[in-house]
Amino acid sequence: MIPGQFDYVRPGSLDDALAILRDREGEAKLLSGGYSLIPLIKLRLAQPGVLVDMRDLTGLDGITETDDDLVIGARATHRQIHEHPIIADHYPTLVDLAAGIGDPQVRNWGTIGGSVAHADPASDWPALLLATNATIVCRGPGGQREIKAREFFLDTFTTAIEPTEILTEIRIARRSKGVGGGYTKLERKVGDFATVGVAAVIALGQDGTIATGRIGVTGVSPSPFAATDAEAVLAGAAPSDDTFRTAGAAAAAQSQPTADIRGPIDYKRAMVAELTVRSLRVAIGRALAFA
Amino acid sequence: MTTQHVTVTVNGEAREADVEPRLLLVHLLRETFGLTGTHVGCDTSNCGACTVQVDGVSAKSCTMLAVQADGRAVKTIEGMASGADLHPLQQAFWDQHGLQCGFCTPGMIMQADWLLQENADPSEEEIREGISGNLCRCTGYVNIVKAIQQAAGTLRESESAPVVAAATTDGQAVSAEPAAAG
Repeated sequence: MIPGQFDYVRPGSLDDALAILRDREGEAKLLSGGYSLIPLIKLRLAQPGVLVDMRDLTGLDGITETDDDLVIGARATHRQIHEHPIIADHYPTLVDLAAGIGDPQVRNWGTIGGSVAHADPASDWPALLLATNATIVCRGPGGQREIKAREFFLDTFTTAIEPTEILTEIRIARRSKGVGGGYTKLERKVGDFATVGVAAVIALGQDGTIATGRIGVTGVSPSPFAATDAEAVLAGAAPSDDTFRTAGAAAAAQSQPTADIRGPIDYKRAMVAELTVRSLRVAIGRALAFA
Repeated sequence: MTTQHVTVTVNGEAREADVEPRLLLVHLLRETFGLTGTHVGCDTSNCGACTVQVDGVSAKSCTMLAVQADGRAVKTIEGMASGADLHPLQQAFWDQHGLQCGFCTPGMIMQADWLLQENADPSEEEIREGISGNLCRCTGYVNIVKAIQQAAGTLRESESAPVVAAATTDGQAVSAEPAAAG
């Protein structure tokens, strides 16, 4: 498949990139790893007038912890995240998620910022960002802007980023004691997008009940969504399989799957319920182990 | 729309071309540079037949633009053998019958080469995970896994005993210089 024609620029700085986005507003697309965008351009589902290659925008791939947050640069590849010592030591849910994205070549080049900004309704990272209510940081003509994940994913391939903004980093609250997460995904085969993916994060209270339980679901709605009805079930409840099953049923009811090659609607709803239970089981195990 | 001048080091040799930004790396390699060992399979980032290494990192060259490879080093299947001496991975695919139709083989070998640079002694599970982005419709993967295991052993031996030549299982001499390991 041959892409349509477009211009190509490789700015040397974030400010230069922002200037191009402003000059060619609406027709410019940012190119990071390319593993989401280039397939769409080849299919001519995306036909940008100019591709702005972020390759020379250095300093956007760091992974660090501040007092409050785990900070992941937008250009960190899935593989860098998977292998980073901070992630490997403290964030097993991110390790699980990153290990299951695409295939090794995709993880070598695909970046978290590209994936999140692309906002495929079946991509993996959004589920986790919703379950952690992460902060997505953008730079634009007016400076820096922070957007909470729950206000970020608006619709299929549509986010709260303006065409003149660049996603620069993602901040996830630093893991504290009694917090654990889990991500489980159903895929037909390696490299396929998720039929259903569920991220769950549990924070235990002092008394052993669930202070907050947060759930992000991908693959079964126009955009990844926070299963707020399930979260209401979890809040203040004692962690048990019964509670998790009730939460799973609520998440399934809140999903809006469509029938496609990955399965009929009833099947997908059943899988939302099941994967929610499984992710919660993993999350509670990790929360108890990190008390 | 203007063309872009790119300089790409392909298998150690600097090559230049003026390309449309929309040109895919795999087409630069095959059509501009005449290196047809890299195959186009699915053309949708699924099958891995087009796998090459860009700056030592495996990539699907149907999902990368030629301009993205500007200033970088690309290694293709043509860069594996040393003259008439097959690379240990090529020899192992031969010895273990790790191919039938052979269409996936160049991508499979480039991915396996990257895998062995990352992990010189992978388990069977790690090999299967490592080649999970490369599809083979003939073999059922069993002999591909065996071939990668054989090559891993050969390469480890040549690393630990850097003599002039090391013997492969069929006695054919291969270069044992570290460069031959990738």
